[in-house]
Amino acid sequence: MSAFFSPFISKPDTVSAIMLKVLLALLPGIALYVWYFGPAILVSITLASLTALATEAAMLKLRKRPVAPFLKDNSALLTAWLLALSIPPLAPWWLIVVGTAFCIAVAKHLYGGLGNNPFNPAMVGYAVLIVSFPVQMTHWVTPLGMGATELSFVQQLQYIFSGILPGGLTLDAVTMATPLDTLKTQLHLAHPANEILTQPIFSSLAGHGSEVVAIGFLIGGLYLLASKIISWHLPVAFLGTLFLVAGIFHLADPSHYVAPVFHWFSGAAMLGAFFILTDPITSPTTHKGKFIFAAGAALLTYLIRVYGAFPDGIAFATLLMNICVPLIDAYTQPKVFGKKEKKA
Amino acid sequence: MTTLFKFHGGVHPPTHKAESTRTPIARMPMPAKLVIPFHQHVGNIAKPLVQAGDHVLKGQLIGLPEDGISSAIHASTSGTITEIGMQVVAHASGLPDLCATLVPDGKDEWITRSGMDFRESKNADVRQVLRLAGVVGLGGAVFPSDLKLRPGKHKVNTLILNGAECEPYITCDDMLMRERADEIIKGAEIMRWALEADEILVGIEDNKPEAIAAMRLAAQASSDNISIVAVPTLYPGGGAKQLIRVLTGIEVAAGVRSTDKGVQCFNVATAQTIYRAVRFGEPLVSRIVTVTGNVSNAQNLEVLIGTPVSDVVAYAGVLPDTDSYIMGGPMMGLPLPAASVSIVKAANCIIASSPKLFPPAPPAMPCIRCTRCAEVCPAELQPQDLYWFAKAREFGKAQEFSLFDCIECGACSYVCPSHIPLVQYYRFAKSEIWARETEKTAADAARVRFEFREQRIEREKQEKAEKLAAREKAAAEAKLAAAKIASAPAATPVSAPVDETQAKIQAAIEHARQQAAAIKPKNTEQLTPQQQAEIADIEARRARIHELASTEAESPKE
Repeated sequence: MSAFFSPFISKPDTVSAIMLKVLLALLPGIALYVWYFGPAILVSITLASLTALATEAAMLKLRKRPVAPFLKDNSALLTAWLLALSIPPLAPWWLIVVGTAFCIAVAKHLYGGLGNNPFNPAMVGYAVLIVSFPVQMTHWVTPLGMGATELSFVQQLQYIFSGILPGGLTLDAVTMATPLDTLKTQLHLAHPANEILTQPIFSSLAGHGSEVVAIGFLIGGLYLLASKIISWHLPVAFLGTLFLVAGIFHLADPSHYVAPVFHWFSGAAMLGAFFILTDPITSPTTHKGKFIFAAGAALLTYLIRVYGAFPDGIAFATLLMNICVPLIDAYTQPKVFGKKEKKA
Repeated sequence: MTTLFKFHGGVHPPTHKAESTRTPIARMPMPAKLVIPFHQHVGNIAKPLVQAGDHVLKGQLIGLPEDGISSAIHASTSGTITEIGMQVVAHASGLPDLCATLVPDGKDEWITRSGMDFRESKNADVRQVLRLAGVVGLGGAVFPSDLKLRPGKHKVNTLILNGAECEPYITCDDMLMRERADEIIKGAEIMRWALEADEILVGIEDNKPEAIAAMRLAAQASSDNISIVAVPTLYPGGGAKQLIRVLTGIEVAAGVRSTDKGVQCFNVATAQTIYRAVRFGEPLVSRIVTVTGNVSNAQNLEVLIGTPVSDVVAYAGVLPDTDSYIMGGPMMGLPLPAASVSIVKAANCIIASSPKLFPPAPPAMPCIRCTRCAEVCPAELQPQDLYWFAKAREFGKAQEFSLFDCIECGACSYVCPSHIPLVQYYRFAKSEIWARETEKTAADAARVRFEFREQRIEREKQEKAEKLAAREKAAAEAKLAAAKIASAPAATPVSAPVDETQAKIQAAIEHARQQAAAIKPKNTEQLTPQQQAEIADIEARRARIHELASTEAESPKE
């Protein structure tokens, strides 16, 4: 018996459908990922998805919550996909499994499950992995057609599940550092930025291949904006601030600081702007708050990228800004109807 | 052309208005029995003037308005009063209220009516006519209209007539405007005259072109400055505050009177009723009701006040799988406690509901802070925060976040992808806060009483001690004197005052006991039906919210 009260009608929208749309929006980026880097990413997405669903079910059981409605809400899958897209696809299977299990069990359910986690679960997973397994986290698969040798899909699977590479090959031969990492290392070696960017792993916008994947995420993000799943405030404030900060540094010293467009299309900037920062549970609810949150995340991302120890800054920037969300919300409450002109 | 303003948010639920606008307003046949509640308006219940067995005429005053906010109640037709007693009424609590049962004699015989020319009358006289004619706001608020026409401190520039009718399914105002536009305009003239307003703006949602055309035609005949304005169809654009905003740009905050901002707003049906009451001396004994939903002949009916809902829906051909009835629209309507309740002045629409028509919402999921609710909230609140506070019983925080600015329009619940019954949470929080405030007031009064009593006892003790000391001193002096004189013992003079004091104390105790006995029942036993209804209402809401909490998916399964 459900209680009967107004309103008696509601839109047929569901949490599950919203999450599904976000998953769909990731598809262009994933397709381009496969096109440029091979199908290994599909393996890690699958591993992450299975782990997420299993962990979700187990945690719901432990917490004595109904399993079916929450498994169907697609939120665990979204966390899994975002984590899989944030870590190297050519890595031992347990890396993504441990990371995903941590996301769901600790970052989500220990905080009270869907809707109650203060930190973006995928970013918590990423942070745990990069701190605990820095070596595995830095071997990124070389874009197809760029490396001396290329692994077949079977060979990739073999490596993921057994750690064995075909005779004579080392992991370094089939992987490389990310464009952001390469740039940082080379800058430390006092090479000027414009010289570094002429290396083959860089392309017109940012990193070869990865820049196109970023465009894929941008396209997915525009779909989310058009279908009103996310509001424009977060991505605009994030990309705007990143552009502004990077632009100021670049203008001041182009030999040390690359152009803002590079920052837009490298690393997880696009993924972050449209898919990570926009997680409604862990971001502010007010328009002004969203601006502050995303601008802060962009500033931190830039500082971590340029001055920090880690190659990309999205994860830590997001987590640091997640901490501020209650404070931001509290101080950005909009005035209610009829009470705007008062106290002038 | 008037410039239109926007209000924040709003939703576009399917309107379902076409079903009930296919046929003209029909008159509902005389029912076998009428049950007329004495409390159909905001404010104090009307005082019954008739007894069982009395014969009454149509339009005869049977309930006298009490002092303050109150309105009159009339016999809707001629016949015999068979009972004055408690019956279930159209109220959220489902509790009975005082009603008159009237068995019609079939003659539908009017009392002698006499109209007046308002232009030749005094404002107060016109208002008295309206009060005694039982005219209240027919948009659903049922606030006594005479009080809204009383000249206030502020000059009212604009009189707004609300013909927006934004709720889905409801078409009674639409049909009234199509068919009786001239009477509405004439009513508006009376109101404008009473308020001494400069202009009349009639707001009608642009999905009612026929009504707009009819009203424009009728307005041409008037010498008043009347504009018929088509406003965008957007729920809840028919809320008084929203319509005032759209038409004038003025925002009337919660707790502020619109007249303080120079605006007064009435429903179009109220205007028509005011005209009938003033011009012809016709009290409010019937109203237009949209009967729709799970019926074969959805339509608008002119229904006598007191007609059982079951009769009305039967006339419209209620379908067999109907399981409940809603008074009002699907966004803000009230589920009726029984089909036997009668049509009251607030009943603008009866929707026959079936599980197919209004399927129960899927189990609520946790809030994901998507803020769709905030995007549609016309009061510009943060519903997701209010929900959190209400759920956590942080009522202070809820008030800080303007809980009482919520107009309970239901737009937030309508868009919530987690299907959380948000409005129910706000109603719960509001009723809890009211209950606490009442308790606090009572506790404060009790504390003051207690402190006063303590003080009095202390004072009396002191006085006694002083008296005793004085007496002892006197006695000692007497003894001393006696010793000095060394005469006969003085036992009797001492005992006499003691007896007297004791008797006095006894009398005082008896008096206090009598007083206490006289006061006691006042507090809890002699509650008015209204108070009982309020208490039960709060209890019902609490019960429902508990039920809600237990049905939510977030809670543990058994």
